[in-house]
Amino acid sequence: MSFLASVAAWLADSAHWQGADGIPIRVLEHVELSALAVVVAAAVALPLGLYLGHTGRASFAAINVANVGRAIPSLAMLVFALLLSIQIGLGLGFWPTLFAMVPLAIPPILTNSFVAIRTTDRDIVEAARGMGMRELQVLRAVELPAGLPIVLAGLRTASVNVVATATLGALVAGGGLGRYIVDGLALQEYERLFAGALLVALLAVGIEVGFGVLERASRHT
Amino acid sequence: MRRFLTVGFALIGLVVTACGGGATASPSPAAATVAPTATPVARPDVIVGSTNFYEQVTLGELYAQILEANGYKVTRKFNLGNREIVQPALQSGQVQVLAEYLATLVSFLDKTAKPTGDKTETAKILADLLKAKSLTVLDAADATDQNGFVVTKETAAKFNLKKLSDLTPIAGQLVLGGPPECPSPTRPYCIPGLKDKYGIVFKDFKPLDAGGPLTVAALDGKQVDVGLLFTSDPSITAKGFVLLEDDKKLQLADNIAPVVRDDLLAKDNGDIKKLLNSISAKLSQAELGDLNKQVSIDKKDGKDVASAWLKKQGLIK
Repeated sequence: MSFLASVAAWLADSAHWQGADGIPIRVLEHVELSALAVVVAAAVALPLGLYLGHTGRASFAAINVANVGRAIPSLAMLVFALLLSIQIGLGLGFWPTLFAMVPLAIPPILTNSFVAIRTTDRDIVEAARGMGMRELQVLRAVELPAGLPIVLAGLRTASVNVVATATLGALVAGGGLGRYIVDGLALQEYERLFAGALLVALLAVGIEVGFGVLERASRHT
Repeated sequence: MRRFLTVGFALIGLVVTACGGGATASPSPAAATVAPTATPVARPDVIVGSTNFYEQVTLGELYAQILEANGYKVTRKFNLGNREIVQPALQSGQVQVLAEYLATLVSFLDKTAKPTGDKTETAKILADLLKAKSLTVLDAADATDQNGFVVTKETAAKFNLKKLSDLTPIAGQLVLGGPPECPSPTRPYCIPGLKDKYGIVFKDFKPLDAGGPLTVAALDGKQVDVGLLFTSDPSITAKGFVLLEDDKKLQLADNIAPVVRDDLLAKDNGDIKKLLNSISAKLSQAELGDLNKQVSIDKKDGKDVASAWLKKQGLIK
């Protein structure tokens, strides 16, 4: 109980809400990196997933290759990203963390967008074609609206994964909420560590809830 | 990219060779630098140990080879583990000769003892502590393995930096990189110590790692201006970094010195002491950094590196 009280005291301390190491800045850094990672992953995985779902071509190979991103531990990915980043002159911190997070975000977005299109009722798709719709129109006007909740669920999984895992960035001198966890351990200030973990968890739950609302809205339209 | 991987492989390679080739090395009959007497003297057998760290293995090789060159039969017990394992082995006689670090060993033996930044003072404190354990510390080298503040060649040239006190007037323009715990008030040898002893206050601090690859990369990539590395870090030589002299002795004196069992010295005619001291006399900071670089970055065999160094210094033929 006294430990939780000291965590609460740490969070309540106004000194921890100011400056470059303050909570607002760390949350902002964390959200910035996570959002960019998900956007980059979506830019790659969404069109690919939609295309594969619509045509059904080479889907087995593509989905399995993307799933490698899930199988490689993020910590290992981070080390490779760090070596790559140093090699191409982007240094420590933000870039290697981003490089490590993108492969983590791709599989759920790709798989879900593929499944979303694939599972659209074939009769409706055929009816749309019968009405004289072009392929792109079928995708945009029929398949995508029907599968939108599943596509959003993929983005949600990717975002929650990335937010929770981006804490690793602190190991390669990055910012974000992982800083509190890594520094808390190094300083043996466990309330700092726990407060950091709590903030990450809150952020992840917040994103989960936010996407939930979006998904529900997408079902009703 | 290759750099970090190769360091890892070099370490693994070193462990394998040091474990495998240990005890079989035969004493070389050549070169007798200390005992040119006509009648052969009785030489006690010697067991040289080391912890599981490449610098320690190289130092162990230096000690072992100079003794072998002078007619001692040497058994190598390298890579035994950390100090918690090796010190008891020394105290029980399973190991007889060990390269140690003055201040760290003082603190290890007696938590309340107060080692200082001065080599002679700290060596004396250590000698007193070791007496009770029937151990003797021989001459300490100038080479240390302790916290050191490092800048790139360009930064050193730009601000004309040679020693830590040169940083005092310009630190406000520079960013320090080091282990995350560096700013903690409980770390007198990092940011709080720099402030109290030198009046150095940096513009900013970037949490990295404890003298590891992140700090080297951050210095190299100019993401920090001053980095905290260990003074014997091979990347100082390899990258041409400038190690700033700790002119006000903030860091405790972790000079390298051989620690030897008294019963071994009693069986010997004094040559062991002379031979090991002759190594300490030649082992400067730059020489140690170069030895470490050859082993950990150039991936040379610790044995070859040690014998080449002893020959270069004229300690063996």
